[in-house]
Amino acid sequence: MSELTLFLIRIAYLAILWIFVLSAISVIRSDMFGARVPETARGRGRERGQRQPKAPAKRRGSPTHVLVVEGGNAGQRADLSGAPILIGRGPDAAIRLDDDYVSTRHARIAASGDQWFVEDLGSTNGTYIGSVRITQPTTLTLGTQVRIGKTILELRK
Amino acid sequence: MAQQGALMEFVHRRRRGAELFLLVLALAVGVGAYAAVGLGVDGQVPVNLVGYGSWLAALTVAAHVVVRFVAPYADPVLLPVIAALNGLGLAVIYRLDLAYEAAGRSNHDFAPKQMTWMTVGVVLFVVTLLVLRDHRVLTRFTYTCGLAAIALLLLPLVPGVGKTINGARIWIGVGPFSFQPGEVAKVLLVIAFAGYLVLHRDALALAGRRVLFIDLPRGRDLGPILAMWAISLGILVFQRDLGSSLLFFGLFLVMLYVATERPGWLVVGTLMFFGGAAVAYTIFGHVQNRVNIWLDPMDYYDQTPGSGQIVESLFGMAWGGLIGRGFGEGDPSRVPFAESDFIIGAIGEELGLTAVIAVILLYGLIVERALRAALISRDGFGKLLATGLAATFALQVFVVIGGVTKLIPLTGLTTPFLSAGGSSLVANWVIVALLLRISDQARRPVPDLSAPEDDVDEQATQVVRIG
Repeated sequence: MSELTLFLIRIAYLAILWIFVLSAISVIRSDMFGARVPETARGRGRERGQRQPKAPAKRRGSPTHVLVVEGGNAGQRADLSGAPILIGRGPDAAIRLDDDYVSTRHARIAASGDQWFVEDLGSTNGTYIGSVRITQPTTLTLGTQVRIGKTILELRK
Repeated sequence: MAQQGALMEFVHRRRRGAELFLLVLALAVGVGAYAAVGLGVDGQVPVNLVGYGSWLAALTVAAHVVVRFVAPYADPVLLPVIAALNGLGLAVIYRLDLAYEAAGRSNHDFAPKQMTWMTVGVVLFVVTLLVLRDHRVLTRFTYTCGLAAIALLLLPLVPGVGKTINGARIWIGVGPFSFQPGEVAKVLLVIAFAGYLVLHRDALALAGRRVLFIDLPRGRDLGPILAMWAISLGILVFQRDLGSSLLFFGLFLVMLYVATERPGWLVVGTLMFFGGAAVAYTIFGHVQNRVNIWLDPMDYYDQTPGSGQIVESLFGMAWGGLIGRGFGEGDPSRVPFAESDFIIGAIGEELGLTAVIAVILLYGLIVERALRAALISRDGFGKLLATGLAATFALQVFVVIGGVTKLIPLTGLTTPFLSAGGSSLVANWVIVALLLRISDQARRPVPDLSAPEDDVDEQATQVVRIG
């Protein structure tokens, strides 16, 4: 095999290697921007579950604030217009609880469409709905009791 | 907070098509290298090129199909990058096999062995993705993982099972193969650290006293994990496995820093590292050797233990220059263990700096994708796990490539996905499976949160599964 052929093979291989590297980077680049899915498309998958709660939600009206109903800070409230609402012991929390069993940034209440949900932020002692410790964002409706440490919160009109 | 609200609207695409496209290119990298080796060394395409190529293609396509079905939102770049690195590694190992055969050495079957291990790796990759549908399940096994890691690290010290290869007692013999349990322990320890830290980070960061500039946490918060870490580090030092000790130390530090957000840990860790290194230098003869060789490699060329390996590798890389000698035109078999620790040297010699930079960039991409998965992950455990795995990768690549290029003293570690070495290859495939699982969870659109709610008074709240 001639010297030139071997040289060309070497160059061709290095080219393939770099084409791969650059394609990978270009995929990452286009991935950075993701895709903003239009609201209509997003709602499509939701229809099935939403038809039912939508009517009662209208009847009861939508929640306007979160109220601490039990625990050391009972009576404290936060307006849902400031969503997402951070609950915890830290100074940046919208609902600040003086409860030893509450983490600094414990949980978050946020909206998705016209649904409200609570999400645990990796707290030490967990966030409970009823007796179930939540591991994923979970829907809240009016009056659902969320237990955080010794405190119970709920959405109110 | 407002920014997070905006992020909720951001939906990642699945990008499986992009992954397939990159996988085809990755196959071209792997099979092309194999063909180039045959052309360069024997003047003809290797006879089993079609069989080799189709097996490699079958493995990558199998991995891709499984990802498509069980982790549809997973990162599109990770799998092709590791497929390319693995393919390149196989070709370089095959090249070294041919050189060893020509030199008349008895061991020249590293490439078929590596292929077997790659198959095992892909199978475990698939199994991990199939069994582990949600990485948060792993938090249940925090302490189990920690204990298992320590047990695995102790295994090589058990008489009869353990084997001493090249001065380090870090191997166990399984039939004809030898296995390095430390590689698996690495993954388990990351899981254990992440599981522990995610539960205790508040206590670690907030409770405790401030000494000088560092907030020292309470002993009962730090104790369990410190014990886990000290034991594994002790075992490694006892086994004279310098590279792994360095890796575990750095890994622990990074995870502690990320979990507590206290930069003080980095200061303490760096001081501890230099203190420990100084102590090790005075106590252990082999550490002194490594440092002396690093400072003046030429002086120790003819001695045993000497610097022949690193000097030959440096000569090779210098000879390779910018675009390398070309496959078959170099002489990489002059370097002992060119197929494992010094594979970067072999690549530098035959493919040149151009290819070495490409390889380092690919490692950089893996780490970047892992950190990206950590950033967008919605749960603390996933964040810590991905960060820990990224840190393992970054540290390992730094320690081994830094050692081979004489940036830092040489410590024996495998180059992920490139080096001949079954345990490391298999462990790294599992690491990538874990990363894909985390990124799949993280990149999924925000879950559909509209559970049917019948009676609020009865608290009939439903937990909605993501995805």
